This record gives sequence, C-alpha cells and structure tokens, in this order.
Amino acid sequence: MATRVGVVVFPGTNCEMDVVHAVEVLGGSADLVWHGDRSVAGHDAIVVPGGFAHGDYLRTGAIARFSPVMEAVRAFADEGGPVVGICNGFQVLTEAHLLPGALQKNAGLKFRCATVTCRVEHDRSALTHGVAPGTELALPINHFEGNFTCDAETLARIRANDQVVLRYVDNPNGSVDDIAGVSNEAGNVVGLMPHPERAAEAILGSADGAVLLRALLTAARTRV
Amino acid sequence: MRFEAQVEVTHLPGVLDPQGATVERALPALGYTNVSCVRIGKSIRLVVDAPDAEAAAAQVDEMCHRLLANPVIEAFTVEVVALQEA
Repeated sequence: MATRVGVVVFPGTNCEMDVVHAVEVLGGSADLVWHGDRSVAGHDAIVVPGGFAHGDYLRTGAIARFSPVMEAVRAFADEGGPVVGICNGFQVLTEAHLLPGALQKNAGLKFRCATVTCRVEHDRSALTHGVAPGTELALPINHFEGNFTCDAETLARIRANDQVVLRYVDNPNGSVDDIAGVSNEAGNVVGLMPHPERAAEAILGSADGAVLLRALLTAARTRV
Repeated sequence: MRFEAQVEVTHLPGVLDPQGATVERALPALGYTNVSCVRIGKSIRLVVDAPDAEAAAAQVDEMCHRLLANPVIEAFTVEVVALQEA
C-alpha cells in the first residue's frame, strides 16, 4: 500500500498541488486536508506546504497556528509522526512551536527567487532519513521571509542536538548559521525554506528535491 | 468597564529590521543627515471589557504572548486606558 501523505491547506496556501503531484510521482498517495478539519487520521506523514496561509496577516504563520487542524497535527507529531513544513509551512510550524526559532524578513529586503545549493547536514530527520550527510542538492527558493533566526542559546542547542538539517552553501537570505532547514529534537518534525516539491523531476530543472521527499516517504513507511 | 489597549510591537534588539534600515538610508537623501536607530514596528489597538485596568492589561499581555507578538523576534508594550461610558 502506498504511503499516505496528508497535505494541509489553509486559505491562501498555494503549493499544495505541487506537493501532491511530487508525492504521487514518487509512488506515494496524497490527499488534501482542509485547515478546518480536526483530524489527520489515515495519514502516514503530513506536509504543510507553501503559500500565504491566512494572507500572512499579522505575521507569517501566526493565524494559521490556531486553525483547528493544527491541534491534530501537533498530536500526530507528538506521537512521532513525520511532519514537514515547506516555506510558509516552515513559518507555520515555528509559530506553532513545533520547531525552534522564527523566520524574519530576508537581509537586504529582497524577495529571493532562485535555485540554491543546500547541503544535507545529518540523516536523523524524517526528511533526510538515509541521505548521506554532505550531499549537496539544487533546490528552488521563493520567499521574502526566510531569514531563520533564534537566540544564541537556542542556536547552541539545535547545533548540539543535530537539529540543523540543511544549510545553504551560499546564504541567500541572511539566515543565522546558513540554516535552510531545522528539525525538532526528535527529528520527526522538519521545516525548510527551499521547495523540494518543485525540484522532484528532471523536467523541472532539478530532481534533487526527490531525494528529500523519497526519504520522507521511507521514514513514514518504516515508522508504521 | 471598557478599556482601550494600545499595543506596540517592536523588533527585539539585534533582530534585523530591513525596513527600518532602508528608511534610515533614504532619510539623508531628503537632507536629514542626523538620523539613526530607525526601527519600524506595529501598532495594534483594541477594546476589551474587563472588571478593572489591571485585568484588562493582564489579558492583553497574554494575547501578546499567544498571538499579537512572537517573543522569539519581537518585544511589545501594552498601555490601557479606561473608555468613558456613553
């Protein structure tokens, strides 16, 4: 049976079908989970995709955090279920305190739309399961608020715990310590600014994102 | 009683404020060459029903922690003023 991925949709989410397509291309099955739903039952993994949840009003992710589905996502994560937030989804997961830190406006006030090289830093997260540390991936970024920040104490802790999942080789947005993606302490919740779903097939210019999404499908399957 | 709360949300010291930095770079072009420390934040006004000013301030403070500000990157101040009953 195919690994079942639930893709959360808030009002203003706009990358959900890209994620569904990429998951299906990789042999998984995916369906949309509306933000008003109170359950994520029946899924092996949850992806919070990119976009502008609730219009990014107040702060990116600030309102989305209180959508009914987020209680179910939190419970799923607490049980060890793999949860991945991409771009705006990363912002939502930090606001929900499922991930450390916060995303602030890019240094230089520039919206960045580019393909960047990211280095996998460790393989103990749901998104890098089985991927050799040091692997470099070409992934697209597309954001204005992707500048990861946290206080010095948090930075020391996430480095010591191997929670830095991905680093930019050439930092495009000012993120502290070149961080492109982080996980929670257990490694089952991961957030990243690059869009692996937009680089999951050679026809898109890079298939490197498939490395991460395939790892997610494997992590989800082996947990069950 | 009804109280009007004025919430000011600002970047924590050390957090980048690219908008403030950009405005700071623009002001000298208008001749204001003596300006520094420009910071751009948010101002939020709301009205709450509460038994007294302390209760109103405590509740708005809680709202700031839970929603109106992100303590990882933002600081906030709350001022509460009683509204005259019509």
